[in-house]
Amino acid sequence: MSRVRVIPVLLLADGGMVKTMQFAKPRYLGDPINAVKIYNEKMVDELVLLDIEATRRGRIDFEWIEDIVSEAFMPVAYGGGIRTTAQCQELFRRGVEKIVVNTAANDRPELIEEAAQRFGSQSIVVSIDARRNLWGKSRAYVNGGKQDTGTSPVEWSRKACALGAGEILLTSIAHEGTFKGYDIDLLREVSAAVEVPVVANGGAGSIDHFVHAVVDGGCSAVAAGSMFVFAGKGEGVLITYPSERELDEQLWKRVVQ
Amino acid sequence: MIVIVDYGVGNLRSIQNMLARAGHEATIAGDVAAIRAATKLILPGVGHFRYGMEALRANGAADALTEQVIGRGVPILGICLGAQLLGRRSDEGDVAGLGWVPMDVVAFDRARLRPTDKVPHMGWTDTEVTPGGLFEGLEPRARFYYVHSFHFRCDDPALVISTAWHGYPIASGIHHRNIFGVQFHPEKSHRFGQQVLRNFAAMERAAIDALSGARPQAEAAR
Repeated sequence: MSRVRVIPVLLLADGGMVKTMQFAKPRYLGDPINAVKIYNEKMVDELVLLDIEATRRGRIDFEWIEDIVSEAFMPVAYGGGIRTTAQCQELFRRGVEKIVVNTAANDRPELIEEAAQRFGSQSIVVSIDARRNLWGKSRAYVNGGKQDTGTSPVEWSRKACALGAGEILLTSIAHEGTFKGYDIDLLREVSAAVEVPVVANGGAGSIDHFVHAVVDGGCSAVAAGSMFVFAGKGEGVLITYPSERELDEQLWKRVVQ
Repeated sequence: MIVIVDYGVGNLRSIQNMLARAGHEATIAGDVAAIRAATKLILPGVGHFRYGMEALRANGAADALTEQVIGRGVPILGICLGAQLLGRRSDEGDVAGLGWVPMDVVAFDRARLRPTDKVPHMGWTDTEVTPGGLFEGLEPRARFYYVHSFHFRCDDPALVISTAWHGYPIASGIHHRNIFGVQFHPEKSHRFGQQVLRNFAAMERAAIDALSGARPQAEAAR
């Protein structure tokens, strides 16, 4: 049995937890600390926190991150607004286990190299937000999915890994928040291109989707946002996570690697 | 009172919160008076061995800890770097450790690692634990979260109370008299870690003495 990691991604903005659809229309969900406490009860393996306003604001809310992380009885990765290794250092000091970089790493790829050398590749996650253009070509976007880098996710993930990225968090912008399943082609292309774990993100609505991401997409871990904060598509807020037994029967037993 | 020793290395609040959840109050403090008043001590820490040791020595905490742990037999639990500091020395930085446990801290032997076994060793890892004591109430194979590039190497294998596999078996938990150390992060290991912290917090001095007595090899090795 292969114990595939199943990771809730919590989006933060302006002091609260939000959820977007296709990177737009952030909906306020409440206090992330309440969510973290529920994920403690559910024995979630790992959490990812992404502050989707931090890059635009040009500021990381260290105090707030520390408050959230202090309540988490599992390892936490944080992303949003990270531009320097000094900021990484500060995040680790405040109890974060991994840091997630995206926009700044695209502007200045040496950030990945510097951070990996200083803190180890294992704690450096490069987040890639992908969208297909009019011709169906996949492109990596930055600045919250607003800016096309002109680089393909495959090309960018290879470069990030060469610089020392320890993990790729790969999100399909078009699928995000839709519950319709991951962009399997995207997952497959990137996971075939790199050696490091690729974490599928964007679109998950069921455990079956996790199975597809691993079996067909070649991913080593899966992440989801909406599925773990809503009762279902178009429904109310419900912080939830499958039980160990559900994951065992519906995921781990089906993804013999 | 349980004192979580604050010597400037990292966020200690999750340890305090995890203990609270297990029903035990603890304070975070680094001053000599608080250490002297403690009935139990937790020595956490992340980062570089040399930096950790220097930080511990800087404000007199190391002397106060020695007085408590060696002089008065106050139980202590080291976590991650805090556990490594209990040993004599480390491959990471040429500075003497506290030297309370007959062990050294060594780098992973890369010749014995497969390409998939990265350093630092980071992630959830199945860990074989010795029943009872610090691991009372846990299944023989528990899951803990690890982040480390160096590991314990004990003179006497009888001091080892838990073992994890990363390329090869590594000692991840140690017990020597009133001194415990774990390489993993109990505060980031859900119910498994909570149980370890609860066991440490609830353990009576007499029970710790009895556990030590049950380790004749360890006694002989002194």
